[in-house]
Amino acid sequence: MERTKPSLDVAKIKKDFPIMERKIHGKPLCYLDSAATSQKPRQVIEAVSEFYSNYNANVHRAIYELGEDATRGYEGAREKIAHFINARSSSEIVFTRGTTESINIVAYGWGIKGKLGKGDEIVSTVMEHHSNHIPWFFVQDYKGVKLSWIDIDDEGYLKMEDLDRLVTERTKMVAVTQCSNVLGTINPIKEIAKKAHEVNALCLVDAAQSVPHFPVDVQNLDCDLLAFSGHKMLGPTGIGVLYGKEKVLEEMEPMLGGGEMIREVHLGRATWNDVPWKFEGGTPDPAGAVGLGAAIDYLSSLGMQNVRKHEIELNAYGLEMLGKIKGIRILGPMDPKKRGGLIAFTIPEAHPHDIAAILDAEGIAIRSGHNCAQPLMERCGIPATARASFYVYNSPEDIDRLIKGLKKVQEVFA
Amino acid sequence: MAYEMYQEQILDHYKHPRNRGEMPDADLQARDYNPLCGDDLTIYLKTDEKGTITDVKFTGQGCAISQSSASMLTMMLKGKNISEAKGIDPDRIVKMLGIPLSAVRLKCALLSLQVLKKALFSKELSQAETMKE
Ligand SMILES: Cc1ncc(COP(=O)(O)O)c(C=O)c1O
Repeated sequence: MERTKPSLDVAKIKKDFPIMERKIHGKPLCYLDSAATSQKPRQVIEAVSEFYSNYNANVHRAIYELGEDATRGYEGAREKIAHFINARSSSEIVFTRGTTESINIVAYGWGIKGKLGKGDEIVSTVMEHHSNHIPWFFVQDYKGVKLSWIDIDDEGYLKMEDLDRLVTERTKMVAVTQCSNVLGTINPIKEIAKKAHEVNALCLVDAAQSVPHFPVDVQNLDCDLLAFSGHKMLGPTGIGVLYGKEKVLEEMEPMLGGGEMIREVHLGRATWNDVPWKFEGGTPDPAGAVGLGAAIDYLSSLGMQNVRKHEIELNAYGLEMLGKIKGIRILGPMDPKKRGGLIAFTIPEAHPHDIAAILDAEGIAIRSGHNCAQPLMERCGIPATARASFYVYNSPEDIDRLIKGLKKVQEVFA
Repeated sequence: MAYEMYQEQILDHYKHPRNRGEMPDADLQARDYNPLCGDDLTIYLKTDEKGTITDVKFTGQGCAISQSSASMLTMMLKGKNISEAKGIDPDRIVKMLGIPLSAVRLKCALLSLQVLKKALFSKELSQAETMKE
Protein backbone atom coordinates (compact mmCIF):
# COMPACT_ATOMS: atom_id res chain seq x y z
CA MET A 1 0.00 0.00 0.00
CA GLU A 2 1.28 3.44 -0.86
CA ARG A 3 1.57 5.64 2.19
CA THR A 4 1.01 9.33 1.77
CA LYS A 5 2.10 11.84 4.40
CA PRO A 6 0.67 10.52 7.65
CA SER A 7 -1.90 12.57 9.57
CA LEU A 8 -0.05 12.22 12.86
CA ASP A 9 3.64 12.09 13.74
CA VAL A 10 3.40 8.81 15.65
CA ALA A 11 7.10 8.54 16.47
CA LYS A 12 6.94 11.90 18.20
CA ILE A 13 3.63 11.15 19.92
CA LYS A 14 4.91 7.82 21.25
CA LYS A 15 7.69 9.64 23.12
CA ASP A 16 5.00 11.35 25.20
CA PHE A 17 3.76 7.99 26.55
CA PRO A 18 6.10 6.61 29.25
CA ILE A 19 4.48 3.17 29.12
CA MET A 20 5.62 2.72 25.52
CA GLU A 21 9.13 2.18 26.86
CA ARG A 22 8.01 -0.97 28.65
CA LYS A 23 9.07 -4.37 27.47
CA ILE A 24 6.53 -7.19 27.57
CA HIS A 25 8.16 -10.63 27.69
CA GLY A 26 11.30 -8.90 26.49
CA LYS A 27 9.61 -7.28 23.49
CA PRO A 28 8.57 -3.67 22.99
CA LEU A 29 4.94 -3.11 23.92
CA CYS A 30 2.57 -3.13 20.95
CA TYR A 31 -0.60 -1.78 22.52
CA LEU A 32 -3.72 -2.53 20.48
CA ASP A 33 -6.36 -2.32 23.19
CA SER A 34 -7.17 1.38 23.41
CA ALA A 35 -10.88 0.72 22.98
CA ALA A 36 -10.70 -0.92 26.43
CA THR A 37 -8.59 1.84 27.89
CA SER A 38 -6.09 4.23 26.38
CA GLN A 39 -2.55 4.87 27.56
CA LYS A 40 -1.68 8.21 29.15
CA PRO A 41 0.74 10.85 27.92
CA ARG A 42 3.20 12.47 30.31
CA GLN A 43 1.17 15.69 30.07
CA VAL A 44 -1.82 13.98 31.71
CA ILE A 45 0.21 12.11 34.31
CA GLU A 46 1.95 15.37 35.23
CA ALA A 47 -1.30 17.33 35.44
CA VAL A 48 -2.66 14.81 37.96
CA SER A 49 0.56 14.78 39.90
CA GLU A 50 0.69 18.58 39.83
CA PHE A 51 -2.80 18.76 41.26
CA TYR A 52 -1.81 16.68 44.26
CA SER A 53 1.56 18.40 44.64
CA ASN A 54 0.39 21.97 44.31
CA TYR A 55 -3.29 22.58 44.80
CA ASN A 56 -5.03 19.65 46.42
CA ALA A 57 -8.04 20.66 48.50
CA ASN A 58 -11.71 19.84 48.52
CA VAL A 59 -13.54 21.68 45.78
CA HIS A 60 -16.37 24.14 46.41
CA ARG A 61 -16.02 23.82 50.16
CA ALA A 62 -12.77 25.44 51.14
CA ILE A 63 -12.61 29.17 51.75
CA TYR A 64 -8.86 29.44 51.32
CA GLU A 65 -6.50 29.86 48.43
CA LEU A 66 -5.76 26.16 47.93
CA GLY A 67 -9.44 25.38 47.80
CA GLU A 68 -10.03 28.13 45.30
CA ASP A 69 -7.23 26.79 43.12
CA ALA A 70 -8.68 23.28 43.28
CA THR A 71 -12.14 24.55 42.41
CA ARG A 72 -10.74 26.60 39.55
CA GLY A 73 -8.96 23.52 38.21
CA TYR A 74 -12.08 21.39 38.50
CA GLU A 75 -14.44 23.91 36.95
CA GLY A 76 -11.85 24.85 34.35
CA ALA A 77 -11.79 21.25 33.21
CA ARG A 78 -15.58 21.37 32.89
CA GLU A 79 -15.24 24.40 30.62
CA LYS A 80 -12.69 22.58 28.45
CA ILE A 81 -14.98 19.58 28.08
CA ALA A 82 -17.95 21.78 27.21
CA HIS A 83 -15.89 23.46 24.52
CA PHE A 84 -14.50 20.13 23.24
CA ILE A 85 -17.95 18.69 22.46
CA ASN A 86 -19.46 22.09 21.65
CA ALA A 87 -21.96 22.15 24.53
CA ARG A 88 -23.83 25.43 24.99
CA SER A 89 -22.40 25.91 28.47
CA SER A 90 -20.45 24.10 31.14
CA SER A 91 -23.64 23.62 33.15
CA GLU A 92 -24.49 20.88 30.64
CA ILE A 93 -21.43 18.89 31.73
CA VAL A 94 -21.81 16.54 34.70
CA PHE A 95 -18.70 14.82 36.03
CA THR A 96 -19.21 11.11 36.64
CA ARG A 97 -17.01 8.04 37.01
CA GLY A 98 -17.45 7.16 33.36
CA THR A 99 -19.89 6.10 30.68
CA THR A 100 -21.46 3.39 32.82
CA GLU A 101 -22.22 5.73 35.67
CA SER A 102 -23.46 8.43 33.28
CA ILE A 103 -26.02 6.13 31.70
CA ASN A 104 -27.10 4.79 35.10
CA ILE A 105 -27.66 8.35 36.31
CA VAL A 106 -30.09 8.84 33.43
CA ALA A 107 -31.77 5.46 33.85
CA TYR A 108 -32.34 6.28 37.51
CA GLY A 109 -33.07 10.00 37.47
CA TRP A 110 -35.09 10.09 34.26
CA GLY A 111 -36.29 6.48 34.17
CA ILE A 112 -36.90 4.97 37.57
CA LYS A 113 -37.64 8.28 39.34
CA GLY A 114 -39.39 9.78 36.34
CA LYS A 115 -42.88 9.78 34.91
CA LEU A 116 -42.58 6.57 32.89
CA GLY A 117 -45.21 3.90 33.13
CA LYS A 118 -46.75 0.87 31.46
CA GLY A 119 -47.24 1.43 27.76
CA ASP A 120 -44.10 3.53 27.45
CA GLU A 121 -41.22 2.20 25.42
CA ILE A 122 -37.46 2.56 25.22
CA VAL A 123 -35.69 1.78 21.96
CA SER A 124 -32.07 0.71 21.82
CA THR A 125 -29.97 -1.45 19.48
CA VAL A 126 -28.55 -4.97 19.45
CA MET A 127 -25.00 -3.59 19.20
CA GLU A 128 -24.90 -1.86 22.59
CA HIS A 129 -22.24 -2.36 25.23
CA HIS A 130 -23.68 -3.86 28.42
CA SER A 131 -23.55 -0.41 29.99
CA ASN A 132 -26.22 0.77 27.55
CA HIS A 133 -28.33 -2.34 28.08
CA ILE A 134 -28.44 -3.15 31.79
CA PRO A 135 -29.53 0.30 33.09
CA TRP A 136 -32.56 0.08 30.77
CA PHE A 137 -33.27 -3.44 32.02
CA PHE A 138 -33.49 -1.84 35.48
CA VAL A 139 -36.05 0.65 34.16
CA GLN A 140 -37.98 -2.15 32.45
CA ASP A 141 -38.10 -4.22 35.63
CA TYR A 142 -38.99 -1.28 37.82
CA LYS A 143 -41.46 0.57 35.62
CA GLY A 144 -42.85 -2.12 33.36
CA VAL A 145 -41.82 -0.24 30.23
CA LYS A 146 -41.21 -2.17 27.05
CA LEU A 147 -37.73 -2.36 25.55
CA SER A 148 -37.03 -3.01 21.90
CA TRP A 149 -33.83 -3.16 19.89
CA ILE A 150 -32.92 -2.05 16.40
CA ASP A 151 -31.30 -4.95 14.55
CA ILE A 152 -28.19 -4.89 12.34
CA ASP A 153 -27.75 -6.05 8.77
CA ASP A 154 -25.10 -8.49 7.55
CA GLU A 155 -22.49 -5.76 7.23
CA GLY A 156 -23.07 -4.52 10.76
CA TYR A 157 -25.04 -1.37 10.00
CA LEU A 158 -28.21 -0.54 11.90
CA LYS A 159 -31.35 -1.49 10.00
CA MET A 160 -32.82 1.95 9.64
CA GLU A 161 -36.21 0.51 8.72
CA ASP A 162 -36.27 -0.87 12.28
CA LEU A 163 -35.81 2.66 13.59
CA ASP A 164 -38.89 3.75 11.65
CA ARG A 165 -40.85 0.72 12.80
CA LEU A 166 -39.88 0.75 16.48
CA VAL A 167 -39.88 4.46 17.26
CA THR A 168 -43.53 5.36 17.77
CA GLU A 169 -45.69 7.67 19.87
CA ARG A 170 -45.11 5.28 22.78
CA THR A 171 -41.33 5.71 22.61
CA LYS A 172 -39.89 7.90 25.35
CA MET A 173 -36.18 7.28 24.90
CA VAL A 174 -33.88 6.15 22.09
CA ALA A 175 -30.56 5.04 23.61
CA VAL A 176 -27.89 4.20 21.07
CA THR A 177 -24.14 3.99 20.72
CA GLN A 178 -22.39 6.36 18.35
CA CYS A 179 -19.70 3.80 17.61
CA SER A 180 -19.85 0.08 18.34
CA ASN A 181 -16.94 -1.26 20.38
CA VAL A 182 -17.12 -4.55 18.46
CA LEU A 183 -18.34 -3.84 14.93
CA GLY A 184 -16.76 -0.41 14.79
CA THR A 185 -19.92 0.79 13.04
CA ILE A 186 -20.49 4.52 13.31
CA ASN A 187 -24.20 5.18 13.63
CA PRO A 188 -26.13 8.12 12.12
CA ILE A 189 -26.92 9.83 15.42
CA LYS A 190 -28.24 13.01 13.89
CA GLU A 191 -30.87 11.08 11.98
CA ILE A 192 -31.73 8.93 15.00
CA ALA A 193 -32.08 11.96 17.30
CA LYS A 194 -34.32 13.65 14.72
CA LYS A 195 -36.52 10.58 14.57
CA ALA A 196 -36.70 10.46 18.39
CA HIS A 197 -37.68 14.11 18.56
CA GLU A 198 -40.46 13.61 16.02
CA VAL A 199 -42.27 11.56 18.67
CA ASN A 200 -41.09 13.73 21.59
CA ALA A 201 -38.71 11.06 22.83
CA LEU A 202 -35.23 11.79 24.16
CA CYS A 203 -32.07 10.55 22.49
CA LEU A 204 -29.17 9.32 24.64
CA VAL A 205 -25.84 8.63 22.98
CA ASP A 206 -23.17 6.26 24.27
CA ALA A 207 -20.11 8.15 23.09
CA ALA A 208 -17.48 6.00 24.85
CA GLN A 209 -15.95 5.03 21.49
CA SER A 210 -16.65 8.24 19.60
CA VAL A 211 -15.62 11.29 21.62
CA PRO A 212 -12.05 9.90 22.04
CA HIS A 213 -11.65 9.23 18.33
CA PHE A 214 -13.39 11.84 16.19
CA PRO A 215 -14.92 15.30 16.46
CA VAL A 216 -18.27 15.19 18.25
CA ASP A 217 -20.53 18.24 18.26
CA VAL A 218 -23.51 17.76 20.56
CA GLN A 219 -25.38 20.73 19.12
CA ASN A 220 -24.99 19.44 15.62
CA LEU A 221 -26.07 15.93 16.63
CA ASP A 222 -28.89 17.47 18.65
CA CYS A 223 -28.87 14.54 21.07
CA ASP A 224 -30.33 15.19 24.52
CA LEU A 225 -27.84 13.21 26.58
CA LEU A 226 -24.37 11.86 25.82
CA ALA A 227 -21.99 9.77 27.91
CA PHE A 228 -18.26 9.12 27.69
CA SER A 229 -15.25 8.04 29.76
CA GLY A 230 -12.01 9.91 30.38
CA HIS A 231 -9.85 6.80 30.49
CA LYS A 232 -10.55 5.94 26.86
CA MET A 233 -9.34 9.36 25.69
CA LEU A 234 -5.88 9.59 27.26
CA GLY A 235 -7.33 10.76 30.58
CA PRO A 236 -7.28 9.14 34.02
CA THR A 237 -9.53 6.31 35.13
CA GLY A 238 -12.41 7.18 37.42
CA ILE A 239 -13.55 10.31 35.61
CA GLY A 240 -16.16 10.62 32.89
CA VAL A 241 -18.89 12.83 31.61
CA LEU A 242 -22.62 13.01 31.23
CA TYR A 243 -23.62 15.76 28.83
CA GLY A 244 -27.26 16.78 28.95
CA LYS A 245 -29.32 19.63 27.59
CA GLU A 246 -29.96 21.88 30.55
CA LYS A 247 -33.73 21.45 30.46
CA VAL A 248 -33.38 17.66 30.35
CA LEU A 249 -30.94 17.62 33.27
CA GLU A 250 -33.18 19.93 35.26
CA GLU A 251 -36.09 17.53 34.96
CA MET A 252 -34.03 14.57 36.15
CA GLU A 253 -33.78 13.50 39.79
CA PRO A 254 -30.30 13.04 41.28
CA MET A 255 -29.00 9.53 41.91
CA LEU A 256 -26.45 10.27 44.64
CA GLY A 257 -27.62 12.13 47.72
CA GLY A 258 -25.11 13.83 50.00
CA GLY A 259 -22.82 16.82 50.13
CA GLU A 260 -22.53 19.23 47.22
CA MET A 261 -25.74 18.22 45.48
CA ILE A 262 -28.04 20.12 47.84
CA ARG A 263 -29.21 23.71 48.24
CA GLU A 264 -31.02 23.53 51.57
CA VAL A 265 -31.33 20.64 53.97
CA HIS A 266 -33.71 20.38 56.91
CA LEU A 267 -34.44 17.27 58.90
CA GLY A 268 -36.39 15.05 56.57
CA ARG A 269 -36.37 17.27 53.49
CA ALA A 270 -34.02 19.02 51.12
CA THR A 271 -33.83 20.95 47.86
CA TRP A 272 -31.31 20.30 45.13
CA ASN A 273 -28.41 22.33 43.89
CA ASP A 274 -28.40 23.69 40.33
CA VAL A 275 -27.30 21.53 37.44
CA PRO A 276 -24.71 20.14 36.96
CA TRP A 277 -23.75 19.97 40.68
CA LYS A 278 -27.12 18.40 41.53
CA PHE A 279 -25.73 15.16 40.11
CA GLU A 280 -22.34 15.34 41.81
CA GLY A 281 -23.11 14.22 45.35
CA GLY A 282 -20.06 13.68 47.54
CA THR A 283 -16.47 14.79 47.11
CA PRO A 284 -15.77 14.55 43.39
CA ASP A 285 -12.51 13.70 41.63
CA PRO A 286 -10.89 17.04 40.81
CA ALA A 287 -7.51 15.44 40.07
CA GLY A 288 -9.24 13.22 37.53
CA ALA A 289 -11.07 16.19 36.04
CA VAL A 290 -7.84 18.16 35.72
CA GLY A 291 -6.21 15.12 34.11
CA LEU A 292 -9.08 14.83 31.66
CA GLY A 293 -8.68 18.52 30.90
CA ALA A 294 -5.02 17.88 30.09
CA ALA A 295 -6.00 14.96 27.87
CA ILE A 296 -8.38 17.23 25.98
CA ASP A 297 -5.61 19.79 25.54
CA TYR A 298 -3.38 17.05 24.18
CA LEU A 299 -6.00 15.74 21.74
CA SER A 300 -6.88 19.28 20.67
CA SER A 301 -3.24 20.03 19.93
CA LEU A 302 -3.18 17.02 17.59
CA GLY A 303 -6.55 17.99 16.15
CA MET A 304 -9.47 15.58 16.29
CA GLN A 305 -9.78 15.64 12.50
CA ASN A 306 -6.20 14.38 12.29
CA VAL A 307 -6.85 11.71 14.91
CA ARG A 308 -9.77 10.52 12.84
CA LYS A 309 -7.77 10.55 9.58
CA HIS A 310 -4.98 8.62 11.26
CA GLU A 311 -7.40 5.94 12.43
CA ILE A 312 -8.98 5.65 8.99
CA GLU A 313 -5.48 5.05 7.59
CA LEU A 314 -4.85 2.35 10.19
CA ASN A 315 -8.29 0.85 9.50
CA ALA A 316 -7.55 0.70 5.79
CA TYR A 317 -4.17 -0.96 6.31
CA GLY A 318 -5.49 -3.27 9.03
CA LEU A 319 -8.50 -4.40 6.99
CA GLU A 320 -6.25 -5.01 3.99
CA MET A 321 -3.65 -7.03 5.89
CA LEU A 322 -6.06 -8.97 8.10
CA GLY A 323 -8.22 -9.64 5.06
CA LYS A 324 -5.38 -11.70 3.58
CA ILE A 325 -5.52 -14.24 6.42
CA LYS A 326 -7.21 -17.40 5.27
CA GLY A 327 -10.55 -18.11 6.93
CA ILE A 328 -10.58 -14.89 8.95
CA ARG A 329 -13.94 -13.38 9.82
CA ILE A 330 -13.88 -9.63 10.28
CA LEU A 331 -16.89 -8.10 12.00
CA GLY A 332 -18.52 -4.87 10.90
CA PRO A 333 -18.31 -2.59 7.88
CA MET A 334 -15.42 -3.19 5.47
CA ASP A 335 -15.25 0.49 4.52
CA PRO A 336 -12.46 2.01 6.69
CA LYS A 337 -14.27 5.36 6.69
CA LYS A 338 -17.45 3.89 8.10
CA ARG A 339 -15.92 2.44 11.25
CA GLY A 340 -14.11 3.62 14.35
CA GLY A 341 -10.46 2.64 14.81
CA LEU A 342 -10.95 -0.96 15.79
CA ILE A 343 -11.19 -4.35 14.11
CA ALA A 344 -12.76 -7.40 15.77
CA PHE A 345 -12.18 -10.76 14.14
CA THR A 346 -12.06 -14.51 14.56
CA ILE A 347 -9.80 -17.07 12.90
CA PRO A 348 -10.75 -20.72 12.49
CA GLU A 349 -7.66 -22.25 14.12
CA ALA A 350 -7.82 -20.71 17.58
CA HIS A 351 -10.16 -19.28 20.17
CA PRO A 352 -9.76 -15.52 20.78
CA HIS A 353 -8.39 -16.21 24.24
CA ASP A 354 -5.64 -18.37 22.84
CA ILE A 355 -4.92 -15.78 20.17
CA ALA A 356 -4.53 -13.12 22.85
CA ALA A 357 -2.29 -15.35 24.98
CA ILE A 358 0.12 -16.04 22.14
CA LEU A 359 0.13 -12.43 20.99
CA ASP A 360 0.95 -11.45 24.57
CA ALA A 361 4.07 -13.58 24.39
CA GLU A 362 5.02 -11.43 21.39
CA GLY A 363 4.45 -8.21 23.35
CA ILE A 364 1.15 -7.48 21.63
CA ALA A 365 -1.90 -6.51 23.70
CA ILE A 366 -5.33 -7.12 22.17
CA ARG A 367 -8.76 -7.70 23.65
CA SER A 368 -10.39 -11.10 23.55
CA GLY A 369 -13.79 -12.22 24.74
CA HIS A 370 -17.34 -11.03 24.36
CA ASN A 371 -16.30 -7.36 24.59
CA CYS A 372 -19.09 -6.61 27.09
CA ALA A 373 -21.59 -7.06 24.28
CA GLN A 374 -23.07 -10.50 24.78
CA PRO A 375 -26.36 -9.78 22.98
CA LEU A 376 -24.35 -8.68 19.95
CA MET A 377 -22.15 -11.79 20.10
CA GLU A 378 -25.32 -13.84 20.20
CA ARG A 379 -26.71 -11.90 17.24
CA CYS A 380 -23.49 -12.56 15.28
CA GLY A 381 -23.55 -16.21 16.31
CA ILE A 382 -20.08 -16.23 17.85
CA PRO A 383 -19.07 -16.68 21.49
CA ALA A 384 -16.13 -14.29 21.43
CA THR A 385 -13.82 -12.24 19.23
CA ALA A 386 -10.27 -10.99 19.16
CA ARG A 387 -10.12 -7.22 18.79
CA ALA A 388 -7.33 -4.87 17.81
CA SER A 389 -8.03 -1.20 18.42
CA PHE A 390 -6.01 1.83 17.42
CA TYR A 391 -5.17 5.23 18.79
CA VAL A 392 -2.80 8.14 18.31
CA TYR A 393 0.33 6.16 19.28
CA ASN A 394 -0.27 3.27 16.86
CA SER A 395 1.43 2.96 13.50
CA PRO A 396 1.18 0.58 10.53
CA GLU A 397 4.18 -1.25 12.07
CA ASP A 398 1.91 -2.28 14.96
CA ILE A 399 -0.40 -3.90 12.42
CA ASP A 400 2.59 -5.64 10.83
CA ARG A 401 3.47 -7.04 14.25
CA LEU A 402 -0.11 -8.15 14.77
CA ILE A 403 -0.11 -10.01 11.46
CA LYS A 404 3.20 -11.67 12.29
CA GLY A 405 1.82 -12.63 15.68
CA LEU A 406 -1.26 -14.15 14.09
CA LYS A 407 1.01 -16.24 11.86
CA LYS A 408 2.60 -17.60 15.06
CA VAL A 409 -0.85 -18.42 16.40
CA GLN A 410 -1.58 -20.34 13.23
CA GLU A 411 1.72 -22.20 13.51
CA VAL A 412 1.02 -23.24 17.10
CA PHE A 413 -2.49 -24.39 16.24
CA ALA A 414 -1.69 -25.80 12.81
CA MET B 1 4.38 -18.29 29.51
CA ALA B 2 2.08 -18.61 26.51
CA TYR B 3 4.17 -21.02 24.52
CA GLU B 4 4.66 -23.31 27.53
CA MET B 5 0.92 -23.36 27.93
CA TYR B 6 0.27 -24.76 24.48
CA GLN B 7 2.07 -28.05 24.89
CA GLU B 8 1.52 -30.94 22.57
CA GLN B 9 -0.81 -32.76 24.92
CA ILE B 10 -3.05 -29.71 25.34
CA LEU B 11 -3.18 -29.03 21.62
CA ASP B 12 -3.84 -32.68 20.90
CA HIS B 13 -6.86 -32.77 23.22
CA TYR B 14 -8.05 -29.45 21.82
CA LYS B 15 -7.84 -30.55 18.21
CA HIS B 16 -8.95 -34.14 18.83
CA PRO B 17 -11.21 -33.99 21.86
CA ARG B 18 -11.98 -37.33 23.51
CA ASN B 19 -15.54 -38.13 24.57
CA ARG B 20 -16.96 -35.21 22.69
CA GLY B 21 -20.65 -35.44 21.88
CA GLU B 22 -24.11 -35.38 23.34
CA MET B 23 -25.70 -38.04 25.53
CA PRO B 24 -29.47 -37.86 25.28
CA ASP B 25 -30.01 -40.49 28.00
CA ALA B 26 -27.55 -39.10 30.53
CA ASP B 27 -28.23 -39.77 34.20
CA LEU B 28 -26.52 -36.58 35.26
CA GLN B 29 -25.68 -33.48 33.32
CA ALA B 30 -24.80 -29.85 33.90
CA ARG B 31 -23.77 -26.81 31.94
CA ASP B 32 -21.78 -23.75 32.89
CA TYR B 33 -20.28 -20.75 31.28
CA ASN B 34 -17.18 -18.67 31.82
CA PRO B 35 -18.30 -15.12 31.09
CA LEU B 36 -14.76 -13.85 30.66
CA CYS B 37 -13.94 -15.97 27.62
CA GLY B 38 -17.31 -17.21 26.56
CA ASP B 39 -16.20 -20.77 27.32
CA ASP B 40 -19.30 -22.91 27.42
CA LEU B 41 -19.33 -26.48 28.63
CA THR B 42 -21.84 -29.26 29.23
CA ILE B 43 -20.86 -32.58 30.81
CA TYR B 44 -23.04 -35.71 30.60
CA LEU B 45 -22.59 -38.74 32.86
CA LYS B 46 -24.01 -42.22 32.77
CA THR B 47 -23.88 -44.20 36.02
CA ASP B 48 -24.81 -47.74 37.05
CA GLU B 49 -26.72 -48.79 40.17
CA LYS B 50 -23.50 -48.95 42.19
CA GLY B 51 -22.75 -45.33 41.39
CA THR B 52 -19.94 -46.11 39.00
CA ILE B 53 -19.50 -43.70 36.10
CA THR B 54 -19.86 -45.88 33.02
CA ASP B 55 -19.82 -43.22 30.33
CA VAL B 56 -18.92 -39.54 30.03
CA LYS B 57 -19.42 -37.04 27.25
CA PHE B 58 -19.00 -33.31 26.87
CA THR B 59 -20.10 -30.60 24.46
CA GLY B 60 -19.29 -26.94 24.28
CA GLN B 61 -16.93 -24.43 22.85
CA GLY B 62 -14.14 -22.34 24.16
CA CYS B 63 -10.43 -21.82 24.41
CA ALA B 64 -7.83 -24.56 24.14
CA ILE B 65 -7.35 -24.67 27.89
CA SER B 66 -11.02 -25.10 28.83
CA GLN B 67 -11.72 -27.63 26.09
CA SER B 68 -8.60 -29.76 26.58
CA SER B 69 -9.22 -29.73 30.32
CA ALA B 70 -12.73 -31.08 29.69
CA SER B 71 -11.43 -33.73 27.32
CA MET B 72 -8.78 -34.90 29.78
CA LEU B 73 -11.16 -34.84 32.73
CA THR B 74 -13.71 -37.03 30.95
CA MET B 75 -10.98 -39.61 30.32
CA MET B 76 -10.12 -39.59 33.99
CA LEU B 77 -13.73 -40.12 35.06
CA LYS B 78 -14.66 -43.34 33.34
CA GLY B 79 -14.86 -46.22 35.83
CA LYS B 80 -14.68 -43.92 38.84
CA ASN B 81 -17.29 -43.97 41.57
CA ILE B 82 -19.40 -40.82 42.02
CA SER B 83 -18.05 -40.26 45.50
CA GLU B 84 -14.50 -40.54 44.15
CA ALA B 85 -15.33 -38.06 41.41
CA LYS B 86 -16.68 -35.66 44.01
CA GLY B 87 -13.30 -35.69 45.65
CA ILE B 88 -11.42 -34.35 42.62
CA ASP B 89 -9.96 -31.01 43.62
CA PRO B 90 -8.57 -28.10 41.60
CA ASP B 91 -4.99 -29.17 42.28
CA ARG B 92 -5.69 -32.43 40.58
CA ILE B 93 -6.83 -30.62 37.43
CA VAL B 94 -3.81 -28.34 37.44
CA LYS B 95 -1.53 -31.41 37.74
CA MET B 96 -3.46 -33.18 35.02
CA LEU B 97 -2.89 -30.27 32.63
CA GLY B 98 0.73 -29.89 33.69
CA ILE B 99 1.16 -26.36 32.34
CA PRO B 100 1.77 -22.95 33.92
CA LEU B 101 -1.52 -21.07 34.35
CA SER B 102 -2.15 -17.43 35.15
CA ALA B 103 -5.04 -16.57 37.46
CA VAL B 104 -7.19 -15.73 34.45
CA ARG B 105 -6.44 -18.96 32.63
CA LEU B 106 -6.97 -20.97 35.80
CA LYS B 107 -10.66 -20.11 35.43
CA CYS B 108 -10.62 -21.64 31.94
CA ALA B 109 -8.81 -24.70 33.25
CA LEU B 110 -11.21 -25.26 36.13
CA LEU B 111 -14.45 -24.78 34.21
CA SER B 112 -14.61 -28.53 33.52
CA LEU B 113 -14.34 -29.36 37.22
CA GLN B 114 -16.94 -26.75 38.06
CA VAL B 115 -19.38 -28.28 35.59
CA LEU B 116 -18.63 -31.80 36.82
CA LYS B 117 -19.33 -30.79 40.42
CA LYS B 118 -22.55 -29.15 39.33
CA ALA B 119 -23.62 -32.36 37.58
CA LEU B 120 -22.75 -34.52 40.57
CA PHE B 121 -24.46 -32.13 42.93
CA SER B 122 -27.60 -32.09 40.78
CA LYS B 123 -28.07 -35.75 41.64
CA GLU B 124 -28.08 -34.97 45.34
CA LEU B 125 -30.63 -32.27 44.70
CA SER B 126 -32.94 -34.54 42.78
CA GLN B 127 -32.54 -37.33 45.31
CA ALA B 128 -33.33 -34.93 48.13
CA GLU B 129 -36.37 -33.86 46.22
CA THR B 130 -37.59 -37.40 45.64
CA MET B 131 -37.01 -38.23 49.29
CA LYS B 132 -39.22 -35.33 50.30
CA GLU B 133 -42.02 -36.63 48.11
C1 LIG C 1 -19.33 1.46 23.59
C2 LIG C 1 -18.98 1.46 25.04
N1 LIG C 1 -19.87 1.91 25.93
C3 LIG C 1 -19.62 1.94 27.24
C4 LIG C 1 -18.42 1.52 27.76
C5 LIG C 1 -18.23 1.54 29.24
O1 LIG C 1 -17.31 2.47 29.63
P1 LIG C 1 -16.83 2.53 31.14
O2 LIG C 1 -16.44 1.15 31.54
O3 LIG C 1 -15.67 3.47 31.11
O4 LIG C 1 -17.96 3.06 31.96
C6 LIG C 1 -17.45 1.06 26.87
C7 LIG C 1 -16.14 0.61 27.36
O5 LIG C 1 -15.82 -0.51 27.61
C8 LIG C 1 -17.74 1.01 25.49
O6 LIG C 1 -16.85 0.54 24.62
